[in-house]
Amino acid sequence: MITVRDLHKSFGKVRAVRGISFEARDGEITGLLGPNGAGKTTTLRMLYSLLPPDRGEIRIDGLDPTRDAMRIKRTLGVVPDSRGLYTRLTARENIRYFGRLHGMADEVIGARIRELVATLDMADFIDRRAEGFSQGQRVKVAIARAMVHEPQTVLLDEPSNGLDVMSTRALRGYIRQLKASGHSVVLSTHIMQEVAALCDRIVIIAEGRIAADGTPAELLARSRCESIEDAFVALIGTDEGLLA
Amino acid sequence: MSGLGIVFRKEVRENLRDRKAVFNSLLLGPILFPILFIGLAWFSASKQMERAEQVLEVPVVGAEHAASLVAFLEQQGMVVQPAPADPERAVRQQEVPVVIRIPDRFGEQWAAGEPAVVEVIADPSRRASEIPMRRVKGLLNAYSRQIGFLRLQLRGVSPSLAVPVMVKDVDLSTPRSRALLLMIFLPYLLMITAFTGGMHLAIDSTAGEKERGSLEPLLINPVPRWQIMSGKMAATTLFAFASLTLTLLAFRFALPFMPTGALGIDLSLRMQTIGRILLAIAPVALLAAALLTLLATYARSFREAQSYMGLVILIPMIPSILFMANPVKPETAMMAIPIFAQNLLIGEIVRGESVPWHWLGLSSGGTLLVGLALAAFAATLFNRSRVMFPGS
Repeated sequence: MITVRDLHKSFGKVRAVRGISFEARDGEITGLLGPNGAGKTTTLRMLYSLLPPDRGEIRIDGLDPTRDAMRIKRTLGVVPDSRGLYTRLTARENIRYFGRLHGMADEVIGARIRELVATLDMADFIDRRAEGFSQGQRVKVAIARAMVHEPQTVLLDEPSNGLDVMSTRALRGYIRQLKASGHSVVLSTHIMQEVAALCDRIVIIAEGRIAADGTPAELLARSRCESIEDAFVALIGTDEGLLA
Repeated sequence: MSGLGIVFRKEVRENLRDRKAVFNSLLLGPILFPILFIGLAWFSASKQMERAEQVLEVPVVGAEHAASLVAFLEQQGMVVQPAPADPERAVRQQEVPVVIRIPDRFGEQWAAGEPAVVEVIADPSRRASEIPMRRVKGLLNAYSRQIGFLRLQLRGVSPSLAVPVMVKDVDLSTPRSRALLLMIFLPYLLMITAFTGGMHLAIDSTAGEKERGSLEPLLINPVPRWQIMSGKMAATTLFAFASLTLTLLAFRFALPFMPTGALGIDLSLRMQTIGRILLAIAPVALLAAALLTLLATYARSFREAQSYMGLVILIPMIPSILFMANPVKPETAMMAIPIFAQNLLIGEIVRGESVPWHWLGLSSGGTLLVGLALAAFAATLFNRSRVMFPGS
């Protein structure tokens, strides 16, 4: 469960985030939708305590990232925008490294990797060095290492970026599984079909502010549009950057 | 295991798998430096022998003015060559290393009992000119002394009256300490190795991690950033130290091939000496790791980091070059200056002198202090989002 109230963040003169509030409940998928540069990544970075907010309040299961950074990091699974792997390590070693950094014992990590290999279908490449992995394989490893410690809350920054159709389908299937098992999932994206296909709640962000917030049905009703695509354009006021 | 230890182990393992890193850090220096060093020594030793033993062939201008002098020179094995038209030009153009010129007034001065002038035309700033010039001067002086003694004897005066002071060399240098002349390069090479040994790892684990996009996921883990940074610096230090050890061992096994027998120089590196050198230089490896990590963290990419490294390499070179140009006597106060202190210490250790413990303590303490200050500063960089994520 994430609660965000009136979040602000500037970089010098650039006001990246100016007043964002939303809620992400357990057992739901919340989508942050907005054009590139709308402030989605900055918002997520403040959630996983990489950046301190200038103003505003964040609570993740009651914890404040600015004060309980270490505790929050233990409950979060994050797949950030950059998902570089260590190419001289195998997929398994990449995941194990993160498990160890979470303070997990090697046997526990081993068991958990077996589960993840089955869920994410990684058996073919789990013991191969990450050098030369396809986008799809890289994303799977990035997800597995983010999920190795079984976090309650999952943050995904543009998870389907660069994935082909089959990988995207597999990814969506996995995200739905997380929802079904009661996790709170927040994903950011600039692709409308993605939120339409996945999200229970949609938070539309434009120029660092909330443009609209609600279930897909509510957004359709509010904008008086037929399709969700038209609804987005009507709510943001422009289709710039949204037509991927 | 703490976060620091986990990061350290992963960096070491990952970089041991990187052929480029292993080659740059662990093989290049230890192979290249001894070969370079010994090759140079062979070359200069053989050149010196050659010049010292070579038949001296010297053009003489105005040989007709001093027949007996020329005869003496020829007796001593010098081959008199025809004079070039313009002797100064010939020397300047390096056609001949040295020319003797006997002016027209030589006979006149000789007859009058005045010092007769003989000119030796050479350019001692050319290394090829230096040894022939010394040999020619030696021959001319010997001739001058011989004639002088003869003149005194003819007048019934004992020649020893003309030698009021007799200079005698008492050489206290031992074969080991003479080795320093050749080993003066060793501190210099070791200082550079302390920096180059960890360089690749320092860049790879900071700027490289940024470039690959693996830094952000790493920092999301519940490990304090100073621990992540320190783990990386520890791995860099280990690589630098391993590189130093390998370089010293390579020298140990290569030194017996040095052309030293003829020069009366003892050039062995005993294991005990190697151990003491490593003890003295270890803090430099840490200082270097901190400095390299600090700079590489500022850089956005591998390439940018590499461009800084050219400048960093100057840092260990400056004290070594200063010391080579102007050797100083080691004093306690100097031990507080990082890198410079270790230069002096290694010099002393190689000479076979005993190094006082308080010198070792002071040098290590001073260097560690600077190193840890740099490391602490580098660790704070990891908390600055503008440095870590220049794009945001």
